[in-house]
Amino acid sequence: MLEFPRWKVWLVSLVVAFGVLLSIPSLLAGTPYASAWPKWLPQYRISLGLDLAGGSHLLLEADQGDALKQRLQAKEDEVATELRRNPGIDIGDISTAGGRLSFMVRNPTQVDAAVDRMRNLTKPLALTGNRDWDVSVIDSTRVVLTPTQSGTTQALKDAMGVARDVVRRRIDPGGTKEITVITEGSNRILVQVPGVEDPEALKKLIGQTARLEFKLVDMSADPREVQQGRAPPGSQVLPMADGSTAIAVKRRVMVSGDQLTEATQGFDQDNRPDINIRFNTAGARRFARATQENVGKPFAIILDDKVLSAPNINEPILGGNAQITGSFTVQSAHDLAVSLASGKLPVKLNVIEERTVGPDLGKDSIHKGVIASLVGTLGVVIFMLVTYGRFGVYANIALVVNAFLILGIMAMFNATLTLPGIAGFILTIGAAVDANVLINERIREEIRRGRRLIDAVETGYHEAFRAIFDANVTHVISAGIMAYFGSGPVRGFAVVLLIGVVTSVFTAVYFTRMLVALWIRRTRPRELHI
Amino acid sequence: MKLLKLVPDHTNLDFMRWRNLALALSLIATIVSLAFTAYRGLNLGVDFVGGQLVRVTFAQPIDVDKLRGQVLGLQLGEASIQEFGGPKTYQIRLPKPEGGDAAANVAATRVKQLIASDYPGARVDSVDTVSGKVSEELAGDSAKAIVFAMLGIAIYIWWRFEWQFGVGALLTLAHDIAMTLGFFAFTRLQVDLNVVAAFLTIVGYSLNDTVVIYDRIRENLRKYRKMAILPLLNLSLNETLARTVVTSLTVLIALGVLMLIGPEVIFGLAIAIFLGVVIGTYSSIYISAPVLVWLGVQPDSFLRSDDEKDQAEAQPA
Repeated sequence: MLEFPRWKVWLVSLVVAFGVLLSIPSLLAGTPYASAWPKWLPQYRISLGLDLAGGSHLLLEADQGDALKQRLQAKEDEVATELRRNPGIDIGDISTAGGRLSFMVRNPTQVDAAVDRMRNLTKPLALTGNRDWDVSVIDSTRVVLTPTQSGTTQALKDAMGVARDVVRRRIDPGGTKEITVITEGSNRILVQVPGVEDPEALKKLIGQTARLEFKLVDMSADPREVQQGRAPPGSQVLPMADGSTAIAVKRRVMVSGDQLTEATQGFDQDNRPDINIRFNTAGARRFARATQENVGKPFAIILDDKVLSAPNINEPILGGNAQITGSFTVQSAHDLAVSLASGKLPVKLNVIEERTVGPDLGKDSIHKGVIASLVGTLGVVIFMLVTYGRFGVYANIALVVNAFLILGIMAMFNATLTLPGIAGFILTIGAAVDANVLINERIREEIRRGRRLIDAVETGYHEAFRAIFDANVTHVISAGIMAYFGSGPVRGFAVVLLIGVVTSVFTAVYFTRMLVALWIRRTRPRELHI
Repeated sequence: MKLLKLVPDHTNLDFMRWRNLALALSLIATIVSLAFTAYRGLNLGVDFVGGQLVRVTFAQPIDVDKLRGQVLGLQLGEASIQEFGGPKTYQIRLPKPEGGDAAANVAATRVKQLIASDYPGARVDSVDTVSGKVSEELAGDSAKAIVFAMLGIAIYIWWRFEWQFGVGALLTLAHDIAMTLGFFAFTRLQVDLNVVAAFLTIVGYSLNDTVVIYDRIRENLRKYRKMAILPLLNLSLNETLARTVVTSLTVLIALGVLMLIGPEVIFGLAIAIFLGVVIGTYSSIYISAPVLVWLGVQPDSFLRSDDEKDQAEAQPA
């Protein structure tokens, strides 16, 4: 017991001092004294969870049906472009029905060539040895491309990565806010934005796929057929964005929004809000050629399969700049410009969970949490003092040190404090003294059995440690499982419990042992009040 | 200074005298609790059944029936309104809408509009929207987590002690969880994710006492190899009684404060753990220990393995 070497005293004191130092910036945060903390000292801070800071939490899930649809459409464009190349293969009746892409080869002798060129379009997938599409022929002239399972999985993974970046750019175009956008599992994105009071605007920004396409209007279509949803071969029927009517457009995409470099909200000559866009070089060239070839014809500006407007091409547009007109408000034009500039979402995202906490409630929770922590600690401290006297004082010092250590370690790992985390903190305060209770009761027992003081203290610490260790492992198991399965706030609770278990064993066992050893060495007491 | 001793020095309470009665009563209480939970069901929050929860603090006390009428007038399905915390704070709960996610957004927005227009100064504290899919996953994950935690701890106890102790720990945990479930079914307190966190905490903390008592039983089994099992259990329980009482009190002091003056949102969590600690203290005495008798633990049961362990422990020291 008395053997507590000097280097150990230094080590324990150093850990304690370090913990206290690390915890101070978090404690000062939000008070007028925050600026008084010297810049050369550690600046780590605990971040507050959304339930304390206020803000919005959104869980988005990829619409897998839409992902497949977009993938088929992209493949259709790719196939059409490939087969138009020299030597061209004439095809017809392209269909994306049944989750696969198929087309007729008009000249039966070219079927084999078409299949070969389709095979060349498919890509091998790493590790699996599969390709991303299966190519087959049915009815001797119809070529069918079926997405493979592993190809779909890979495509979804790629799409989720892109979608995450797009979502981030849309919410935070300047890249300055402290937002969290991460993928979760195979098809989800978690978005956390602190301090947002109105999540509706946020959801509008994320809710739009923003796939922009320019297609020619099919003037040959019979208007009555179109209203019933039937279009001539090579065309498709799309609704107008305002829901007024439907319109037939050519399936072939003239230019798409992928080739945009810039999109800003502006006003047209009649002072109605519109969106100014600028194409990149390749896009500008395609746009110029398409408008040159089709002067006098109307072309449709299509956003997410809805026609925004279908103006006439009055003259070729050569500079790569264009305006998107439609029935916009300033706000909706601005939102669309942000969405277009950030790129299209490769897959539609649905909000499957939303949690928003107002900033006032968060402040209220912190306030009540802090008061409850202080009162709770005070209650435990008084109780320990009247029960164990001097050894209660040691336990209490350990308790306070423990509180600082928990905060310090949380700050060092930049852990997030949530509302249940505060509960975890208070619970840890109440439970951390258990180790000291075990030790002190054991010492009382050993003294009753007639052991000498130093012997009793020694035995107390030694015999109590087994139970302390086992009991804390059970906490680690339950808190670990909680951290693994729990989401957001609950995980915050588990993290505090886990850190608290480790620090409390340190403070309640090693730290108090040091205090007791120093006291015994200094005063050589003959009897013990415990 | 005169120190407080809640438990006198040499207690000699015959805990085991009542063990059969206590075990029978606990068994009945557990069955009644589970049956009641199954019959009446838990008041599951939106976390587990999906839907929306809007918490509002009004500027003045309001007429709840009028608000209820207004919300029902929005035709959003079976809405419920409850006081929450103070007299001016209410939670409005809306069921999962039929029309999918878009409809869910509309529902919350319409409630917010209603409040903004008819109750000036009211503050929307929080809005939770949980889809059916997410709520099913959360419910499944929560159930899994509780079961895994119970099994994990029982296996650890088995490994550290003997299999009888592992079984005892598992039964103790099952009893504690069943009783707490019954409490939530009876009081109709809302069960949300925080309450599940509380259940997991109970799994950890209720076993705290059991571990301490088991540790002492193991120690005494080695020390008094001739003593019959019942007196040995009584001795172990009496020796640890002071610690059991003091520790339970410190935890209850901290949790009691949290329950009474802490944030309302985590009241459910605080009361669940508070209750769990009370139940856990009882069960560590009247379930964990008697189960060992029932499973046939005798003073000489572990002699052989104990000797091996003694040797193993002697070496590193």
